[in-house]
Amino acid sequence: MHNIQRLKPLVVTLVMALCFLSGQLSTEVFAAASEAKIGFALSMTGGAASYGATQTKGAQLAIDEINAAAGADGLKILPVFEDDASVPQQGISVFNKFINADKVSIIIGPTLSNTAQVADRIAQDAGMPVLGISNTAKGITEIGDFVFRNSLTEMIVIPNTIKVAKEKFGLKKVAVFYGNDDAFTKGGYEAFKKALADAGIEILTEQSFAKGDRDFSPQLTQIKGKNPDAIIVSALVEEASGIVSQARQLGIAATVPIIGGNGFNSPALIKNAGEAAEGVMMGAAWNASSTLPANSKFVAAFTAKNGGAPDQFAAQAYAGVYIAYEAIKKAGSTTDHKAIRDALLQLKELDTVLGKFSFTAGRDADHIPVVQIVKGGKFTVLE
Amino acid sequence: MDLLAQQLVNGLFIGSVYGLFAVGYTLVFGVLDILNLAHAAVFTLGGLIALWLVETWGLSIWIAFPASVLICGLLGLLLDQVAFAPLRQRADSNFSGLISSIAMAIIFESAALGLFGARTVRFPAGTVSVHIWRWEGLSITSLQVEIVAISILLMFALTQFLNRARVGKAIRAVAENDRTARLLGIHVDGIIAFTFFISSALGGAAGILFGLYFDSLSPDMGRSIELKGLAVIILGGMGSIPGAILGGLAFGLSEVLTVAITGTSNLRDAVAFTVLFTVLVLRPSGLLGRKKLREA
Repeated sequence: MHNIQRLKPLVVTLVMALCFLSGQLSTEVFAAASEAKIGFALSMTGGAASYGATQTKGAQLAIDEINAAAGADGLKILPVFEDDASVPQQGISVFNKFINADKVSIIIGPTLSNTAQVADRIAQDAGMPVLGISNTAKGITEIGDFVFRNSLTEMIVIPNTIKVAKEKFGLKKVAVFYGNDDAFTKGGYEAFKKALADAGIEILTEQSFAKGDRDFSPQLTQIKGKNPDAIIVSALVEEASGIVSQARQLGIAATVPIIGGNGFNSPALIKNAGEAAEGVMMGAAWNASSTLPANSKFVAAFTAKNGGAPDQFAAQAYAGVYIAYEAIKKAGSTTDHKAIRDALLQLKELDTVLGKFSFTAGRDADHIPVVQIVKGGKFTVLE
Repeated sequence: MDLLAQQLVNGLFIGSVYGLFAVGYTLVFGVLDILNLAHAAVFTLGGLIALWLVETWGLSIWIAFPASVLICGLLGLLLDQVAFAPLRQRADSNFSGLISSIAMAIIFESAALGLFGARTVRFPAGTVSVHIWRWEGLSITSLQVEIVAISILLMFALTQFLNRARVGKAIRAVAENDRTARLLGIHVDGIIAFTFFISSALGGAAGILFGLYFDSLSPDMGRSIELKGLAVIILGGMGSIPGAILGGLAFGLSEVLTVAITGTSNLRDAVAFTVLFTVLVLRPSGLLGRKKLREA
């Protein structure tokens, strides 16, 4: 008895040491597995290269922040960036690489809805969660229950834009101009058409263009001849810039606002079209001037790092990384893709730069949109 | 009415750029009976080099324009030396020349991709001051006028040069029959090289004008005009300079009017090529092509 009493400190020390060692061991085991590989399929070249560049910057900033905050033994992100070249075929091979060779936890991207329409099916078939950060066309998340997006669809943003524009400018009759060979611009066109019908605004004429067109003057001349109150345009930023400047050159008065969809929401529009961009309106998923603490911090950090202000695509990419990270952490596994998918669905009111973020039951983004107008060479929120 | 007038202006304008592009294309064909498929790549490089001169060297466009045209002319010499001259003595040089010009097109395009990146780039704001004239609902920009004027001037100068200058006459002699020309003491290889110089310089000039007006340049912009240029010279009559000009204008007008009438640009090329097909069925040698194809 006495002996045992004397041994007590020794036993305690031993037990403590063992606990410590095993603790040490378990953290070590966890640390080895605590790197979540995320595959980024973004358009670094091709028509959507300007979106892909800003998305990469936004995502990289989020990764740097997360990895710095994770410390020595927290969950870190190991990004794998690949170029989908703005074409579906390349998107498919990038997705296959992520699924079979890199074995990532989740795929973020691709940049274009067109690519997502085909590439996301590969992910769905493989049971790989994919989070779109800029796909806004119809039918993306309908591909399957592993397909998510944090980009508000045109179906939500556009009716809001039309409603605000109607109140502001008293629109009665408009002309519609859209790209008819691209899932994104066509989806935008359909959303505009429905929103205009719901708002009781008459469509005077519908004109369309094809990807890669540079000359829009024939269509714009026809539109000018109809004297619309506004021109509704569904286009990506390269074409949008050309349309805006050629419209003003053809003498369509600045009092006729040009209203665009998500594709207009890029600083490239102001840079490319210059003065002609003044007064251009667009719906947006992200409010650049929002003073939410998360947002101010993001804008400041992004500007300091890249020497220029972020746009919506950077913000959505940034938010996307945080959303994916949150889900992987919650799932408690970097390899159980089903658990990661379930965790994504369970995210509720997550604080992001986009605002309080959740997914709808249909795996689409759920947060509040804004309407912006270009004033003095800057995007400002139209109240 | 003013709607139609505006569309005609739009069509004449784009047509004159097509014409300028096609003139250089058809010149080489007239002399060598060879299609130089790298012409569109030189067109692209012309625009990009002018942009580079303006942006990096801060040159005025009025200096960058001739400088870039000159560089494109030199590229034409390179093209001749690398892709065509070594093959000239062979029996099937027409066909192998066509293939090697495709190779040069790929090399030029890759060079553009490597040097300027894949992004769509633009001339900095204020490169040319644009004034807009409005008259009875018609709107014409000073840039459009300048572009049409420069195109017409260059095409006119070329025609005069071929008809009057000694070298121009030599080019026509080589086009007619290179063996006879050689017997008459004309330095045929030099004349061919010079033809490439002029052809590529004109192609480059078209690229700069195209880039200036649409203010959107990318390494693949030549592709949109490549097939059209070919159609234009077939429409006008292979090897005929006035034919290329006329073909360019006809093509531009048919494109613009198709878009205006249908309200979509998808049928644009379909209608333009249908016109081409019809003309060829009715007049196999093209609009201005006589029985004798080589006119230069």
